[in-house]
Amino acid sequence: MTQPLIQMKNIEKHFGSVIALAGVSVDIHAGECHCLLGDNGAGKSTFIKTLSGVHKPTRGEILFEGRDMHFADPRDAIAAGIATVHQHLAMIPLMSVSRNFFMGNEPTRKIGPFSFFDHDLANRVTMQEMEKMGIVLRGPDQAVGTLSGGERQTVAIARAVHFGARVLILDEPTSALGVRQTANVLATIDTVRKQGVAVVFITHNVRHAMAVGDRFTVLNRGRTYGTAKRGEITPEELQDMMAGGQELATLESSLGSTV
Amino acid sequence: MADTPQIVMDERVKQISPMRRAMIRPELGGIVGTIAVFVFFGLFAFDSGMFNSQGIMNWSVVSAQFMIIAVGACLLMIAGEFDLSVGSMIGFAGMMMAIFGVTLGWPMWVAILVTFALCISIGALNGFIVVRTGLPSFIVTLAFLFILRGFTIFLPQTIERKTIIGGIREAAEGDWLAALFGGTIGKGFFTWMGEAGIIATFERGTRAGEPVVNGIPMLIVWALGLVVVGHVLLTRTRFGNWIFAAGGDAEAARNSGVPVNRVKITMFMFTAFCATVFAACQVMEFGSAGADRGLLKEFEAIIAVVIGGALLTGGYGSVIGAALGALIFGVVQQGLFFAGVESSLFRVFLGVILLFAVILNTYIRRIITGER
Ligand SMILES: Nc1ncnc2c1ncn2[C@@H]1O[C@H](COP(=O)(O)OP(=O)(O)O)[C@@H](O)[C@H]1O
Ligand SMILES: [Mg+2]
Repeated sequence: MTQPLIQMKNIEKHFGSVIALAGVSVDIHAGECHCLLGDNGAGKSTFIKTLSGVHKPTRGEILFEGRDMHFADPRDAIAAGIATVHQHLAMIPLMSVSRNFFMGNEPTRKIGPFSFFDHDLANRVTMQEMEKMGIVLRGPDQAVGTLSGGERQTVAIARAVHFGARVLILDEPTSALGVRQTANVLATIDTVRKQGVAVVFITHNVRHAMAVGDRFTVLNRGRTYGTAKRGEITPEELQDMMAGGQELATLESSLGSTV
Repeated sequence: MADTPQIVMDERVKQISPMRRAMIRPELGGIVGTIAVFVFFGLFAFDSGMFNSQGIMNWSVVSAQFMIIAVGACLLMIAGEFDLSVGSMIGFAGMMMAIFGVTLGWPMWVAILVTFALCISIGALNGFIVVRTGLPSFIVTLAFLFILRGFTIFLPQTIERKTIIGGIREAAEGDWLAALFGGTIGKGFFTWMGEAGIIATFERGTRAGEPVVNGIPMLIVWALGLVVVGHVLLTRTRFGNWIFAAGGDAEAARNSGVPVNRVKITMFMFTAFCATVFAACQVMEFGSAGADRGLLKEFEAIIAVVIGGALLTGGYGSVIGAALGALIFGVVQQGLFFAGVESSLFRVFLGVILLFAVILNTYIRRIITGER
């Protein structure tokens, strides 16, 4: 078996007296989609934030290709090839789509000793990438604030994919989307996975996870029950683990198994 | 024939009219205001001397003063922060130049350079405290408003037993760096204009035959230079994108890899730089430094920036707009003087136009973000 691209070992994260993560271990492989499931408050966002450099883990280690990684801030993680689309989007409503698309990665053009933001290139690439994702912009200077939640999500994903990350983290990308855009996002996950990118896909929708996932890890109140591979686990079992078993069983009997 | 790929427009994306499109720009208020102000004074104060060469130079200098501090305040506000210590910084910087250059007798260029270094460091300290503590910059810089003003009064009283230090013009005589702030350029051109009869010349006295305006003060050169540099930096560079991002949503910007803290601290330093340029030009012009210089300048700068279309909440604005805001300021303040209107009414005007500008900006923001 190949070595995992990223190994996260016994990650703990405490916020003051709140223990958001109580020792979570996950291996992430190149070319695979790793689904992270769990109810609200389970610690999914906190977990991936330790990987994207937003939070420093209180305890535990992160190995990138077997080497110890310490990210001081998101810039370090981005430089290492880890692109994250956060649940609460990293998009700025007052700025144009193209300025947002290249935020932190601005293309520059040198004129004499000075280097300038290459707006022509940025605008062109933005329009192309948006068209690929099926979003028609009025123009690259359209403000992100005028886009719908789903469209913003798509811009964020397109941006992460465009910058050729080795690891793509998507935190609940489908929860605000309509049917067509969800299909679009799932298709995108499939495409980038086939290009050899490691995808971490967070969701609490088992159907979405089953559609693209290679491995599944369920988080519950800051802990994990371990990772299952595709084919080793059924949607029902996943659903049960997410809700903590019993409660759902009783719910299911009263609702006639529609959950 | 190969089918040509066509851009399919989404039928739900309404095409916005060119008129509305032109409106959605931060400079709108500044442009309209500038036109209105010039039309108004053109109609009601044309014969007052406001538009002859001396009159033009008069309101240009005042506008340029506002412009210098407005550029700094503008970039800082777009980056999401305020600096209320600008006025005190102006007084402090002027006083330090006087103490170094006159009291201690250092060469003027050394005095000026050391003052710049000192003031920019204080700006950096302002910024450092803001990003480290996460306190509103309003409070942090309010503290520095008092701290700096206190020192500006205390130091000359302790050292010289007075609150004004003069003799700067003498100390700066022939100094290369002082000339960069106090001199004029284009003397030959103005002499020629005087000889050609385009502008008036003195008819009597020791300067008979010389033009009444004998050059463009360096103050104006600095103002225009800062506007151009500020505008290019904001709209045409990577750092400019970071300024917008840092003020638009610091958290989102940070997550995208923008070094938000560095951007904010740099903008505090730039604001301090602008205040020091203002101070340098002022002490060279007056030949003295006074403990009360720069009073209320921070608010005048912020008002000019808001008239220029920047949002108080950060992330949106324009240097050109702020420059126009400063121009409106200068023209109205001096225009009322030329028109013989009681000068206290200038404050009434300020309050009214500030209110209008903020309401207009809020409206424009809604159009941009599509909020209701
Ligand atoms: N910055 C923070 N400070 C304090 N508590 C936090 C912080 N971020 C998350 N938490 C807490 O950690 C727990 C896990 O949150 P989160 O990772 O956002 O869950 P999920 O993404 O799975 O819904 C929650 O109880 C939340 O309140
Ligand atoms: Mg979450």
